Parts: sequence; structure tokens; C-alpha cells
Amino acid sequence: MDLNTIWFLLIATLFIGYFILEGFDFGVGILLPFLAKEDVERRMIINAIGPHWDGNEVWLITAGGAMFAAFPQWYATLFSSFYIALFLMLIALIIRGVAFEFRSKDESPRWRKFWDWAIFFGSIIPAFLWGVAFTNFIRGVPIAENFTYVGNFWDLISTFSIIGGLVTLTGFILHGAIFLSLKMDEKLSERATQFAKKIWLPNLIIVVIFIVETYFFTDILQRLGVNPGFVPMAAVLSLLAVGWLVANKYAGWAFIVNSLVIFFSASTIFIILYPRVLVSSINSALSLTIYNSASGPYTLKVMSIIALIFVPIVIAYQAWSYWVFRGRIVRDENSLHY
Amino acid sequence: MEDLVISLSRWQFAITTVYHFFFVPLTIGLGVLVAILETIYVRTNKEIYKEMTKFWGKLFAINFAMGVVTGIVQEFQFGMNWSEYSRYVGDIFGAPLAIEALLAFFVESTFLGVWLFGWDKLPKKIHLFSIWIVAFGAIISAFWILVANSFMQAPIGFVEENGRLIMNDFGALITNPNVWVQFPHTLFSGFTTGATFIAGVSAYHLFKKQREEFFTKSLRLSVLFGFLSVFLVVLVGHTQGQEMVKTQPMKMAAAEALWDSEDPASFSLFSIVDEKNKRDILSFRIPGVLSLLSYNQFSGRVEGINQLQARYEQLYGPGNYIPPITISYWSFRIMVGTGFLILFIFALLLYFIIRNKNPFQYKWSKFLPFAIVLPFLANSFGWILTEMGRQPWVVFGYLKTADAISKNVTVGMVLISLIGFSLVYASLIGADIFLLQKFAKDIGQPGLDTSEPMDFWEKGE
Ligand code: HDD
Ligand code: HEM
Ligand code: HEM
Repeated sequence: MDLNTIWFLLIATLFIGYFILEGFDFGVGILLPFLAKEDVERRMIINAIGPHWDGNEVWLITAGGAMFAAFPQWYATLFSSFYIALFLMLIALIIRGVAFEFRSKDESPRWRKFWDWAIFFGSIIPAFLWGVAFTNFIRGVPIAENFTYVGNFWDLISTFSIIGGLVTLTGFILHGAIFLSLKMDEKLSERATQFAKKIWLPNLIIVVIFIVETYFFTDILQRLGVNPGFVPMAAVLSLLAVGWLVANKYAGWAFIVNSLVIFFSASTIFIILYPRVLVSSINSALSLTIYNSASGPYTLKVMSIIALIFVPIVIAYQAWSYWVFRGRIVRDENSLHY
Repeated sequence: MEDLVISLSRWQFAITTVYHFFFVPLTIGLGVLVAILETIYVRTNKEIYKEMTKFWGKLFAINFAMGVVTGIVQEFQFGMNWSEYSRYVGDIFGAPLAIEALLAFFVESTFLGVWLFGWDKLPKKIHLFSIWIVAFGAIISAFWILVANSFMQAPIGFVEENGRLIMNDFGALITNPNVWVQFPHTLFSGFTTGATFIAGVSAYHLFKKQREEFFTKSLRLSVLFGFLSVFLVVLVGHTQGQEMVKTQPMKMAAAEALWDSEDPASFSLFSIVDEKNKRDILSFRIPGVLSLLSYNQFSGRVEGINQLQARYEQLYGPGNYIPPITISYWSFRIMVGTGFLILFIFALLLYFIIRNKNPFQYKWSKFLPFAIVLPFLANSFGWILTEMGRQPWVVFGYLKTADAISKNVTVGMVLISLIGFSLVYASLIGADIFLLQKFAKDIGQPGLDTSEPMDFWEKGE
């Protein structure tokens, strides 16, 4: 395997990790106004992700940095062509991040209400936009010679990309609901389970529509064939299993299997892409690939050594931090400090 | 049109980065100070140090959140607005950014979560360990981003191939002499910022005679720490000036409004210049002192703007190589001025502490809290000097800012994002200051001192 492929895998890993982890905290943020009936409950829900959301977000930041280092042409082309979409996402992530920190720091109900909605909108916008973005990666965007984007914001919007957005949106809500059913006390956990049950079917339907559209709008047929292989199949099968696990209240298993759904679905996208990173809708020869957009071999080698040492360490201490905060959130004003 | 895109993108970059750097130095400084306080608590087991850790820790957390969310914009804006730049130097510049995220942001964010939520979930020592990791994470983060920035100031460790810069020596990148002045200067200015903040807030309460033991202890620690830090900032700043004369003489000439080369060179006390016609309207200069700053002796040639402009035209072709002089000049003066003012304030407080006298019996001590703004001024203007003084280059000698822009980004797009970011930033700073002052004033912990009359400086350790 060449270094370019290793970096493609590494960036795929970072994005998949990001979707699995931030996926549930986006879901939790979206559910916040609906599941909680009183202020203590809102605080409990936020506490469930309080110690983790920033660590989860760093998966994205690292993915961005890794793109910059390993595939600068990808980084440059992608973020300048998705400019307005990325701007919206950044605004959402800004207000969401401060909201977690700020909302409990003042008693005034108006203050809290404001930040709770900030958390809601700050979560729902990126949850939707990520689907739009990844759909566009595989569908292709107008990229001409020299990696120049010749479209505008509206070229990113199509029924296909909107369905893609709904896939991540409903998927993350489901993921968040399952997470809460695992983390909350009995009362809230029950509500979360009910919600997970409700959102599961719409999620499944949208995923099916998305899959059908994929055959129309991308070159998946040429690349994977009619039988797409193990990974996409596993994504669908695990999603079916999630429905059963949720209905039968195996919250822990449901969470693990739903993480697998995200893992397999996102992997499918990266399999369709490989070895491209951004498809040109003008001419497939103009697509960005892991070869024409990459840094020199020296940089890739240095970065590989560093990544090989530090990625496992990061995973180890993040796992430890989840272990420290294992167990359900209890309904006790004093332990819900700050 | 393209010119407008460039100006708007520059404004956006300047606003978002200066804004990010309001919070960064306070994170760097407060992180270490809170960690020291918790260390004392774990060692002595005195409740008051736990209170202090929590009090300053809360302010730290509020500030940290702002640092985080403004940082995300930084990570992506090179691709959004400066995509030609990203293509040209991504091979080198992307590496430290990715390393920063992997080595620093992960530990900072994970362990801050553990620290904030883990007070009664973790053994004391592991809890203490977490805050130290957060503090070191911030320092590591500063190091790697400054490796990236130093590359722009003094490019090193690469070859030019097919119109792009390709890294060929990673070691050279991190041993760049520019990093080793810029990093300590920024690090100690962060420490100074944190210390001034604690000292200022403590002074506010001590003047009002509130919770004297608590704030006396805080004040003492911060004054000691702050005095050492600001002393080191000034010392490193001096070395940095010497590095600047070597690598970017034009920046020094602009910072000194020195039109023509001089030997020995004079230091400007106060100049008003006419940038268009390249002349002084008014200028007071002390002979020899600029040579002293640059070479540690009263002689030595410091090149002037006119000579450098002529030399650069020969080297790089026709063009204007003069950065905005008035801004560079005044930025330098504001930074250095506030630097000495902070040094003076800390020296004064240190004097009182050593003599065991209470400064808060005097009226003037009422103004001490205002010192909090000084390091913020110095930090912002320090960066403005560093970045503005490098213009028209974005990567010195290799890429001009005007060529670094994203080609497909239009005026409308940058306007939308510029206005959007500015509005969000303006409202957030309001909320942030509201919370900071609320918790800085909040001393409503029951069951601790206040009533007990005490000898101001003798109580405590
Ligand atoms: C000298 C220090 C310094 C400088 C010059 C910068 N930063 Fe910064 N940054 C920090 C020091 C720092 C920090 C102290 O590590 C922060 C502030 C608060 C925090 O959480 O970490 C941070 C946060 C922070 C974050 C959020 C990390 C998280 O989610 O935890 C990102 C993505 C960036 N920064 C990126 C940048 C970029 C791309 C910069 C260049 C333009 C930049 N920063 C300038
Ligand atoms: C956090 C501290 C920093 C501050 C306050 C700061 C401030 C500024 C300012 C004021 C400008 C505008 C100069 C002008 O347009 O005339 C600028 C330009 C620039 N800076 Fe920095 N900077 C900081 C750190 C960095 C770092 C760490 C990097 C890279 C790693 C960087 C990269 C750039 C780039 C690419 C430009 C060119 C865009 C432009 O000219 O506006 N800056 N910066
Ligand atoms: C009083 C003596 C000081 C001197 C002689 C000094 C010198 C310098 C110089 C020469 C630069 C520009 C470096 C370059 O562009 O290559 C600089 C930048 C800077 N200064 Fe200072 N400085 C002083 C005080 C301070 C203080 C008190 C602070 C903050 C508390 C501060 C914060 C900064 C920052 C944040 C930068 C930008 C980052 C960098 O380039 O290092 N400085 N300083």
C-alpha cells in the first residue's frame, strides 16, 4: 500500500470517528428541546455529552489538518468551493460550542432558553450539512482545469444532496436518542427509547431512497457493480438490527450496532470515492485524486510516523475518558454541578 | 473586483485571528496558574486552595470555550479564503497544523472535559494531572502553530518544485531560529496575560476589602509569576528584534519609521510620517539606540526603507515592498509601551509584598484592575506588527498576499461571511464579558473567612 492510500485511509478514519462520536452529540443537541420537560432534565442531557463534545469535535479539526498536510489541493479546493456551506457550519459550531459552556452560568430563564435553542440549531445545521457535503463528494461538483471550482452555492443543492442531508440528520438523531437511552435515568431513558423507535423507520426509508438515488447519480455501478459487496450490505443489515434492538430495549447493543451503521455507511462513501477525493462533474479526468492532490512523499512519510505514534494514544485516552464518565446521569442537583 | 476580494479577505482574516488571540493568551496563562493552585491544594490539603482552583478555574473554562470556537474558524479559513496559499505551501504549512490538532487539541479538549466534570469522580492526583495536561496542551498547541507562522516569517526546510514549495527538512522547520524567539515571546506573554488577569481581579476585591485571605493569596502568586513572565517577555522581545533585523529588515525599518539607512542608527521616540511622500512630518530620535537594540552596541548599520525598497526591486522585480508604516510603527510602540507599563506595575506590587505593606490603603490602587486590558493590547498589536510588517508578503520572499487568495471566491461571498462572523463575534464578546465579570465578582461562597479581621500581608504562608 502506498503512502497516499494510507493517508486516504487515515482521513477516512478521522471522518468516520467524527461521525460516530459527534454524531450522537449532534443528536443529543437536537433532542434537547423535545425530551426534557424541565430545567434539571435539560442540564442532565447536556451533562451526558458535557465532558465529551469538544474531544469529539477535534476529530473534525484533525481531519481538516490532515487534509491540509497530506492533500493540500483537496483542502484548498474543497473549502473554497463549499465556502458558504462551510461558513454556515462554522457559525453553527461556534454558537453551539459556547452554548454548552454558557447556558447554565446564569439563572435567567430567557438566557437559558436562548442557549438551548443555540444548541438545537447549532446541532441540526451541521448534522444536515454533513450529509449534503458527502453526497456532493460522490456525485461530483463542477471542477474545471487546475482544480478550479466553477460553480456556485446552488450547485451543491439537489434532491440527491438534500436526501443525503436527511440521511445524516435522521441518522444522528437516532444515534443521539440511543445514546440518551443508555445514559439517562429511567424516566428520561424511557422517553429517549420511545423517540428512537419513532425515528428509526423514517431513517430507514430515507436511507433506502438515498441508496436508490446513488445508483442514478453516481458511478457506483461501474465501480462496485450491482451487488455492491460486503460493506454497504452490512450498513443496511445493521440498521435493520438496530430497529430490533431498540424495540427490545437492548440499549447498549443498539448503540454499538448503530455505531457500526455509521461506520459501514461512511466507509461505503469512501469506497465509492477511492482513489478520488472530490469528483468533477464536468469531466472525470479533472477529479481530484489522492495522487494529483497530494503533498510530496517526504511530507507524507514524516506525517505517517507521527500519526502512527499518536493516533493510538489519542484513542486510548479518549476511551479512558468515556470510561471515567460511564454510568447513567443521576437526577441530583448537587451532582449536576456547573 | 479582485482587489476588493483581497481587502475583504484580509479584513476577515485579521478580525477572526485577532479575536481568537484575545482568548488564547488567557488560556495559556490561566491554565498554568490554575494548575499551580490545584497542586498547592493537593499538597497542603487546605480547603482555600480548592476554592481558589475552582474560582479561577471557572473563569478559565468560560474563556477556554471562546478559544475553542474561534479556533475552528482558523483551521478552515486557509482553505476557504486563501486557497492559492494553501496549494502553494500546504506541503509544509499543513504539517504543523495537523500535528497541533493531533498532539495538542485532543489532549486539551479531552482532559478539560475530565477536569471540569471529574471533581468527584477521580482520585485527587489524577484530577490534578488532568489540569496539568490541559495547561501543557495549550503550550504545545502554541508551539506548533508558531512553527507554522515562523515558516511564513522566515521560510526554511523546503525546495520549490512545479510552482509549489515542497518540504525536505522537517528538522529545519522546528529548529527555525524564528520559532525559538517567537515561541518563548508568545508563551511568556500568555503567562503575563493570565497573571495580570488574576492580579487585576484580586486587586478589585482587595480594594473593596472582600475575602482578603483568598485574594491576597491569589495576588501574591500572580504578582510573582507575572513579574518573572513579563521580564522574560521583554528580554525575549529584545532578541526577537535582533532576529527581525536579520530576517525581515523591512519590518524593523517600518516599525522604526527609518527612511534611510543609518550607522549608528537612531531609535524613534515619536514620529508622524507622511507615507505617500515618504517623509517625516515630525520625528524625535535618540541617536545610537536602535543600533543598541539590534546589535547590543552603539554602532552598526540598520537599513532604511528606501534602501531596502531599492534592493527588493532588484531581487524580486518591480513592486511596492513597503508595509503600512504608520500601523507598524504604532503597533510596535503600543506593545513595547504596555510591556514596560506592566513590568512597572508588577515591580511596584512586588515591592509592596516584599516590604509587607498594603497597597490598597491608597486611592490609586483603585485603578489597578484596569491593568487587565494592557496585555490584551500588547498581544493584539504584537501580532498586527508581526503580520502587517511582513506585507506585501504572506510567505516572506516567496508569495505575496495578493496572490494567495481563493480564485473562485467572490466579493459577495466574502461579504456574507465577513458580516456573519463579525456579528456573531460582537454578540459573543458581550455574553463572554458579562459572564466573566459576573463570576469574577461572585464571591458568594458560604463558610469562608471575610468576617475575620486579618493582618493583610502577614497572614497566609
Ligand atoms: C500562540 C498560541 C496560538 C495561536 C497563534 C493560535 N492558536 Fe488556536 N488555540 C490555541 C493557541 C493558539 C490554544 C491555547 O491552544 C487554544 C485556545 C483555547 C483552546 O481551547 O485552545 C486554541 C484553540 C484552537 C482550536 C480549537 C481546538 C479545540 O477544539 O479544542 C483550533 C482549531 C485552533 N486553535 C486553530 C488555530 C489556527 C489554525 C491558528 C492560526 C491562524 C491558531 N489557532 C492560532
Ligand atoms: C493568533 C495570532 C495572530 C494574529 C493576531 C494575526 C493577525 C493577523 C493580521 C492582523 C493579519 C492582517 C495583515 C494584513 O492584512 O495587513 C494577518 C495576516 C495573515 N496571517 Fe496572521 N495572525 C496571527 C497568527 C497567525 C498564524 C499563527 C498564522 C499561520 C499559522 C497566520 C497566518 C496569516 C496569513 C495567511 C495572513 C495573510 C492574510 C492577510 O494578509 O490578511 N497568522 N494576521
Ligand atoms: C517591552 C518589550 C517588548 C519587545 C522589545 C517586544 C518585541 C517584539 C517584536 C520585535 C515582535 C515582532 C516579531 C516579528 O515580527 O518577527 C513582537 C511580537 C509580539 N509581541 Fe512583543 N515585545 C515586547 C513586549 C510584549 C508584551 C508585553 C507582550 C504581551 C503581553 C507582547 C506580545 C507580542 C505578541 C503576541 C507578538 C506576536 C507574536 C510574535 O511575533 O512573537 N510583546 N514583540
